[in-house]
Amino acid sequence: MSTQQTELKGTVKERAQLALNNDFLRQAVKFTTERLRSGKLKAAEEHGNWEEWRERGRQIRLHTIAHLDYYLGEFANNARENGVHVHFADTAQDAISIALQIAKAKEAKSAVKSKSMVTEEIHLNQALQSIDCEAIETDLGEYIIQLANETPSHIIIPAIHKNRYQIAELLSEDAGEQLPPETSVLAGYVRKKLREKFLQADIGVTGCNFAIAESGSIVLFENEGNARMVSTVPKTQITFMGMERIIPSWADLEVMATLLPRSATGQKLTVYMSGITGPKREEDGDGPEEMHIIILDNGRSLQLGDPEFQELLNCIRCGACLNACPVYRHIGGHAYGGTYSGPIGAVLTPALKKNVAEWDDIANASSLCGACYEACPVKIPLHDMLVSLRRRKVEAGHDHPLERVGMKGFGTVMSNVKVYHRALKLGKLGQKVVVRDGGIRAKIGPLKGWNSHRVAPSISKQLFREQYGELRSELDQQAKAADPAVAARMREWLTGRDGGASHE
Amino acid sequence: MRLLARYGIVLEFPNVQTCCGQPAYNSGYWKEARAAAKTIINAFEDSDFVVTPSGSCAYMIHHYPEMFKEEPEWQEKALQLQRKVFEFSNFLVEVLGIQDLGARFPHKVTYHPSCHGSRLLGVKHEPMALLNNVEGLELVPLPFAEDCCGFGGTFAIKMSDISGAMVAEKAEHVIETEAEVLVGLDMGCLMNIAGHLRYRNQPVRVMHLAELLYEGVSYSDEHTANRA
Repeated sequence: MSTQQTELKGTVKERAQLALNNDFLRQAVKFTTERLRSGKLKAAEEHGNWEEWRERGRQIRLHTIAHLDYYLGEFANNARENGVHVHFADTAQDAISIALQIAKAKEAKSAVKSKSMVTEEIHLNQALQSIDCEAIETDLGEYIIQLANETPSHIIIPAIHKNRYQIAELLSEDAGEQLPPETSVLAGYVRKKLREKFLQADIGVTGCNFAIAESGSIVLFENEGNARMVSTVPKTQITFMGMERIIPSWADLEVMATLLPRSATGQKLTVYMSGITGPKREEDGDGPEEMHIIILDNGRSLQLGDPEFQELLNCIRCGACLNACPVYRHIGGHAYGGTYSGPIGAVLTPALKKNVAEWDDIANASSLCGACYEACPVKIPLHDMLVSLRRRKVEAGHDHPLERVGMKGFGTVMSNVKVYHRALKLGKLGQKVVVRDGGIRAKIGPLKGWNSHRVAPSISKQLFREQYGELRSELDQQAKAADPAVAARMREWLTGRDGGASHE
Repeated sequence: MRLLARYGIVLEFPNVQTCCGQPAYNSGYWKEARAAAKTIINAFEDSDFVVTPSGSCAYMIHHYPEMFKEEPEWQEKALQLQRKVFEFSNFLVEVLGIQDLGARFPHKVTYHPSCHGSRLLGVKHEPMALLNNVEGLELVPLPFAEDCCGFGGTFAIKMSDISGAMVAEKAEHVIETEAEVLVGLDMGCLMNIAGHLRYRNQPVRVMHLAELLYEGVSYSDEHTANRA
């Protein structure tokens, strides 16, 4: 299980093509994202004051990230006072080294894990395997993905691209007997199998949904109860968190606990919400004897102070942007080529790597429709960030030479109407060869892609700008007096806008 | 133009105008986008109101001020233009106060709200008000209407297969409604969906709301004239 099958192979287009040709994948992703986004819309409506809470969520995140150094310090101090070993890791490699040191010191043979995207980001499982410590995913979706030797294709639904028949095949192989494709049977099998793993494990590994600065606690949101097992049974716990997971107080958690489950799955409440403040105390019945928190930077601090990207750190990893995204729905998560997929992944992956869009052309895989922004519970303007990434790529000279020539031409043509008219005339002349019934079907030149799915319109024989003069004189002849009500409204509008200074 | 002329409004078409620059802006070529933007700003300097038939173009003009951060003189001009630019249906309903043009259009129609106009510019109730006041028009809801049609300007060229999958899904939904006419407020999206419907030889007529309304009022006019 040491290879990452889906990590960045080929271009976005090539990876997208794999998905577009995979009907099982497309149907599975479409089915689940439609269920989730409809659920989210319903939950937001039932909430009643969604927009107001969304704004509160945004303000909390903006404030925390603006004072991240302060809150991180407060969190680390409080966690240490609670008896937690707090480690700061600048890079993925640093985080891995710290984790392996702990595992080696404990002579760990196995680690059970609850769902954590940060551990996917740093490839923790492979690292643990390399020191002969078995890493076992205990979230059902993650367990399936691990069996398939794949990476998650969705932030919260890792196996979203598989249907239950494919899952039954994988689990049957694992069980050594044929299991029926019934969800309850399949989940029952995994539950039983994982029980033993929980009891044997030396280390429990968790992620962190929110870290509460005022008490040094971590909070986990989950639906299966596995994170609670991971954080109570093994003697040692290692929690991984991105440095931006902080919120100031428990009061702020109320807002997040309202926004996160509703945005993620349409649930009013997550099934299990665990707040963990340090290792087992004498009076506690269970819990780890030793607890570590590894706080990861890995490119996050590059966003601090960047006016275009700092808000990226506001993300609470709910996956709503993936569920709302029409591109994600058709190509699934693996086409994005990184740990994080969908609109957030398209921005986060290049941002974490280098802070400029040198990460193939993932930022181009968006129609900029803004559905991600609309779905985001903390209002991150992902569609604007995608444009910023494209701009930075062009400014850094990593754009495609052909596109550059085309766009330079665009600039020249559009800045001078005479050139524009000449270009249109040339286009009219040129298109004569290919136009049939007012449309172009030939798959040639820049129209190749367009015409593989559509008929292109031709340039009209007579453009609007060529008809304008005639139309204008026709209308001037039958000129009507201005409608008094309409005229009054226009005047009112102008007065309101310019303080009375109109051009009349 | 003919619709507005009915209310005594003269629509000027400054012949010096070109394109708003959105293709270059969205692709990251801001220098080229600024060149186009300056042409547009100059073209409409003397206009009181600027009406665009595509929400997307109106939304693009809202980006102008941010593009001219380094050129305050142009930024000021961009802000002035931004204040007077309106999407067509928004102009009719919000500025002119017109919701009922007296149009008659006895057909089954479905409406696609384009992302930039509807989601990002907030033009949502205006087209509904205008369509609901058309006599004889049966408006059938488009399933997942708010989903992007896959146009996205250069996206449709660069990522043509993803865009193709998106427009195919949109077209499926349109066909599902059994509407005779698909109406919208953005020429880009309409060109995209119409192109795909035509590719599949589907007979659905694709119209801009202005076209539909004009056909509707012409129909009413003729009807009234015949009766008289």
